[in-house]
Amino acid sequence: MKVTFPHMGNLWICLEAMLEYLGVETVVPPPSTKKTLSLGSKHAPEFACMPLKLNLGNFMEASDLGADTILMAGGCGPCRFGYYAQVEYEILCDLGYRYSLVVMEPPERHISEFLARIRQITGNRSWLEVIRGIKFGYQKARAVDGLEMTAMRLRPREIDPGSTDAALSAALEEIAGARRPEDLPPAIGRAREIMGGVPVEDRPVIRVGLVGEIYTVLEPFANLEIEKKLGRLGVEVDRSIYLSEWINDHLFMGLIRGMRSSSLYKKSASPYLRHFVGGHGLETMGGAVYYNSLGYDGVIQILPFTCMPEIVAQSILPGFSRDTGMPVITLISDEQSGDAGLQTRIEAFVDLLAEKKRRKEWSA
Amino acid sequence: MIGFLGLDVGSVSTNLVLLNEEGRVLKSVYLRTSGRPIAALQKGLRQLCGLLPAKTAIRGVGATGSGRHLAGIIAGADVVKNEITSHAAAAYRLVPGVRTVLEIGGQDSKIIIIRNGVVVDFAMNTVCAAGTGSFLDQQAARLNIKIEDFGKAALKSAAPVRIAGRCAVFAESDMIHKQQMGYDLPDILAGLCEALVRNYLNNVGKGKDISDPVVFQGGVAANQGMKAAFERALQTEVIIPPHFDVMGAVGAAMLARDYVSRGIPTKFKGFGAAETDFRAGSFECDGCPNLCEVVEIKEEGRVIARWGDRCGRWSIRVAREKIS
Repeated sequence: MKVTFPHMGNLWICLEAMLEYLGVETVVPPPSTKKTLSLGSKHAPEFACMPLKLNLGNFMEASDLGADTILMAGGCGPCRFGYYAQVEYEILCDLGYRYSLVVMEPPERHISEFLARIRQITGNRSWLEVIRGIKFGYQKARAVDGLEMTAMRLRPREIDPGSTDAALSAALEEIAGARRPEDLPPAIGRAREIMGGVPVEDRPVIRVGLVGEIYTVLEPFANLEIEKKLGRLGVEVDRSIYLSEWINDHLFMGLIRGMRSSSLYKKSASPYLRHFVGGHGLETMGGAVYYNSLGYDGVIQILPFTCMPEIVAQSILPGFSRDTGMPVITLISDEQSGDAGLQTRIEAFVDLLAEKKRRKEWSA
Repeated sequence: MIGFLGLDVGSVSTNLVLLNEEGRVLKSVYLRTSGRPIAALQKGLRQLCGLLPAKTAIRGVGATGSGRHLAGIIAGADVVKNEITSHAAAAYRLVPGVRTVLEIGGQDSKIIIIRNGVVVDFAMNTVCAAGTGSFLDQQAARLNIKIEDFGKAALKSAAPVRIAGRCAVFAESDMIHKQQMGYDLPDILAGLCEALVRNYLNNVGKGKDISDPVVFQGGVAANQGMKAAFERALQTEVIIPPHFDVMGAVGAAMLARDYVSRGIPTKFKGFGAAETDFRAGSFECDGCPNLCEVVEIKEEGRVIARWGDRCGRWSIRVAREKIS
């Protein structure tokens, strides 16, 4: 059995760690590229959203590397994603790929359901080992998130353009390279050291909260590297969703306390939206309110074209913006989106935020 | 005399303007880009050079439009700004108190909401270019009327025909159908203007607080039929500012003037840039499966800029724009 899974930002680092710890042979798909997207778009339904197309491309490319089992997330609810595992699997079957499919549905009642599904992959390892494996993967997710947060803080302040991103990829390699749980703490130490070596200067920055659909928020290929682009324009970014928070919320059912969680967003969204609308629509709305309460300068919503839950949030955001004076922009990404269009919009948005901030400081 | 240059290299037109020290527009040049931005820009520089008042010293240059980075490299711009910021800068300086800017260019359309001289909201067309200048051009050509006469003809209509404006291709089918039904040309043209305005307000203008005074600029503002259709739809007067067709360039020049006023010397390469040999080429990088198409700009055979690569392997690092 050679297990593969779709890419979503740096998710691969923690999944690979978890699976290899448990002795499961793993095939990480090549990073998502234009080739991945064209493979996926060719065989996916036109009207499906971009994540489906990229997942499909990832699986096709992983198959070339020998993968034979797909580990995929599922879900239930208004978002179509809940059915993507099955749809992708059917498309792959039609194309003649020989895969078997294991879907990780979020536990409906108890974490034991989730553990039972893990066993499908891990066979007869002891429960203790399985739990240790999950813990190892989760600790890597925390480490990765920490490094990404550092990078988002450094980018607008770096003296030498591009040095943060070079440091970030070197630091992530350290984390990815830790084979055993005991290797992880020293690897984290080295990674932090690498990030600490980026020369920065104290500059006034603009703070922007990135909200939206999880895949487009987390996957740089899907959002055309918006964090990097914003960073280079002097913007410090925070995103409403991090990998480790998502794992805690959806797979551990919030077992780990003291973390920012979706209940925070649910609470802050309540003046505007009080229902689950599928996907991350509620989190998007709550995130916007949350960033406003923290005094951020602007909010950027990002979603894949045709994403229903985010369209719900998108239609509420102008009202929020009117009430609070918080500038909000919505960016839609799909396989047709161009880099130039995104660049123009974010440059204009950053100009707007900078001017607004300058006026506010004058009048203060 | 001291002057400031604004360059707007767009998908359809390339515009250049010369401002004096007070920010007044002295000269402007409007050219078709015709898919060759470097040649268009150089031609524009040559023409503008011929129009210059004696002893003009260019103290600052601003570039905007989809070809702004290219224009910035070729002419040596002090400020390279996106179209939205440039258009807004021109609008609120030429029409003080403006609150809404409608802008329709060759292939894009935008709405900019301004309050107290600050951009507070904006939107650009995303997945559809129905209703932009290129489409009007194409329809005028198909109906065999000059684009300059389009607006005048539309104004003659007393009863505009309803045309489906959701999609440019279907709008065309619908227009052909209406022609074959025997409707009058002015009624069809006026109907098309209304359809495009409807499309604009439903897509680009959706959810935006459109309030007086409203300014309409960009190449399409030359079309009187479009102005009238906007006025009917918005129930308010729509102002067409002077230099409406070169507003992007005007804004870029004004931003350049602000920038160099802090005592920063200009990077302008001089009008000689019109005669220098610039070449743009591209190649596909094979460093990873993403196969980025890297663009390379050469000046007299020497590489002066590269872009288009995702990882930064090829691009010569361009100094970051600092926030001031």
